[in-house]
Amino acid sequence: MKYLDEYRDGPLAQQLAREIHRLTTRPWTIMEVCGGQTHAIVKFGIDELLPPAITLLHGPGCPVCVTSLELIDQALEIAARPEVIFTSFGDMLRVPGSTTDLLSVKARGGDVRMVYSPLDAVKLAQQNPQREVVFFGVGFETTAPATAMAVYSAAQHGLRNFFLLTSHVLVPPAITALMTSADSRVQAFLAAGHVCAVMGYEEYYPLVRQHQVPMVVTGFEPLDILQGILMVIQQLETGRAEVENQYTRAVRREGNLPAQSLLRRVFRVVSRKWRGMGEIPQSGLGLTEEFASFDAARKFGLADHQVEEPATCIAGLVLQGRKKPHECPAFGKECTPEHPLGATMVSSEGACAAYFRYRRSPLETTMPA
Amino acid sequence: MNTPEFHPVCPLPITDYPHVLMAHGGGGKLMHHLLEQVFGRAFANPLLDTRHDSAQFAVPAGRLAMTTDSYVVRPLFFPGGDIGSMAVHGTVNDLAMSGARPLYLSTAFILEEGLPMATLWRIVCSLSAAAKACGVPIITGDTKVVDKGKGDGVFINTTGIGVIETPLVITPKNVQPGDVVLVNGDVGRHGMAIMATREGLQFESTIESDSAPVHELVQELLQAGIEIHCLRDLTRGGLASALNEIAEVSGYQTAIEQDAVPVQEEVHAACELLGLDPLHVACEGRFIAYVPPRDAARALAIMRGHPLGAQAAEIGRVGAAGSPPVTLKSALGSWRILDMFTGEQLPRIC
Repeated sequence: MKYLDEYRDGPLAQQLAREIHRLTTRPWTIMEVCGGQTHAIVKFGIDELLPPAITLLHGPGCPVCVTSLELIDQALEIAARPEVIFTSFGDMLRVPGSTTDLLSVKARGGDVRMVYSPLDAVKLAQQNPQREVVFFGVGFETTAPATAMAVYSAAQHGLRNFFLLTSHVLVPPAITALMTSADSRVQAFLAAGHVCAVMGYEEYYPLVRQHQVPMVVTGFEPLDILQGILMVIQQLETGRAEVENQYTRAVRREGNLPAQSLLRRVFRVVSRKWRGMGEIPQSGLGLTEEFASFDAARKFGLADHQVEEPATCIAGLVLQGRKKPHECPAFGKECTPEHPLGATMVSSEGACAAYFRYRRSPLETTMPA
Repeated sequence: MNTPEFHPVCPLPITDYPHVLMAHGGGGKLMHHLLEQVFGRAFANPLLDTRHDSAQFAVPAGRLAMTTDSYVVRPLFFPGGDIGSMAVHGTVNDLAMSGARPLYLSTAFILEEGLPMATLWRIVCSLSAAAKACGVPIITGDTKVVDKGKGDGVFINTTGIGVIETPLVITPKNVQPGDVVLVNGDVGRHGMAIMATREGLQFESTIESDSAPVHELVQELLQAGIEIHCLRDLTRGGLASALNEIAEVSGYQTAIEQDAVPVQEEVHAACELLGLDPLHVACEGRFIAYVPPRDAARALAIMRGHPLGAQAAEIGRVGAAGSPPVTLKSALGSWRILDMFTGEQLPRIC
């Protein structure tokens, strides 16, 4: 397929891998921030092409995974209400709260619907004026503009039955949290290309200066990721720490300015609890006063209850890149995509789900003769 | 696939009622009228025309195959087919996967109160035309009506009986190490045709369902003396599920080459857009065949010579006993597990 197959070309990938091998003289630990990159790495076996000296750590970039258990429980509480049509992206529907998940709420009679776009939820609100339509907005800066547009559009249409439960989070504060933790092993980052397509990469310069880590804005196809790794290794091996952009076909330094201006109008930056990482200051998006009447938490008066994570699950350590999925004793045993203990096993972008789906144990296969 | 004698124009004087009423399933005159004017008329054949509680027929010598399937697709009509033609193709294909020649079909309709009679007639005509094209008469049936809101327009169940004339026993248990895996064409088109219709996705050309009856192609392979070890049609869960199901029963690993699996450009694009893997997307006219290496080239040539196998391809091989059941060689040359997907990928597609 045009604009896709070119970025999955086997011989070109081998060529990039050879160049990485040639340049690498000692061990390096690189974190890819985005869950989409994690999946591409595991799906295409990109890490298998790299020298053993390079370790890829999977970062906290799966928005479904980092949504706190408390917030999921609040979502479940709202979704069970008879007057509510509860909408979210497909991935979110299977994520377990402390006792159940949205699909089970649906099976018990809750009106839970999967949507592809937040604007579909606004449409539902228009079509069902007697019902309360709630959209559970999940995602990083990538999906936040679409959610902002839904709220803005609901306001333009004068809708009073559309509400947003927001779980939107921001990447730079998470990187800061990772780099300031005492036992951080990360020496360089592949920054998430799609987040930067919206936000640009100005905000990474101070991070790079402060922590002296190379940061390369990287795309999601195999050749993007290999080239991103190559650019990171070039920096590491020559002692540089800079912001570079591999994903030039989608990302400009200043990002998408209209999207950013909509974000600033609809959202304000708030502190947020991340699943597995705890409270990170200034790391989430809440509604501004102008749009506060669309806030589902305010509308449904939700209590902030504290819940415990399953004791055996190490999703938190996986999200911080401190453990690999198969280092978890529950991986593939008590914890599978059918019976997930933690969100990293549920979401299509979660690292545990990627490992379970594509490799489970080290694979040494060749085509039978 | 409409034959000339059928015109999708509703014949009903009983269209005094333009919509299905509860009374159409009530056992009285309205139901009688519906059976006679719609189903009796479209499906007419000597065995059905006896209008008895069950059809009676002689059994040919040999082994019989029997299968049943229910069809609950939304939307009812989609590019390349509809629920009626699919209800024939799906069941005929399930029979063909045992190497059976289909003999008879039954149909059971569950209608939702309020379904337009014209819609029902269109579906019944399509089902009838598909059955005729397959050469399989519908010899018994049933109709029920459920309250509005309790169904989704129409649900259809079809059961099929076929005769197995080959001495081969075609089952997953017969898969052997070294077997070559063939597929009769590009995968994922049915699921994406449904999805594109449902989600209003537009592509440069419309994605048409691959819904088709493959029994004749299978018969050609058998008549050519191909020693087929196993067949499986690729429905829900797509190629990945079919490969895994067979590998689990046979106990042998299967290795597939991603680049060898044919996928139409538009299907590939639609899958990328929606975050789906074409190997997990349903087909309705595609099957995989496990054949010994000595027959592989000939089987592939027979497939490619048939209209429903023009894009047939060799996609992989069966290896030794072991786990994981199915592995896939990616475009970059590395190997990974090819698993079934978890939960529902596309709701209600077949």
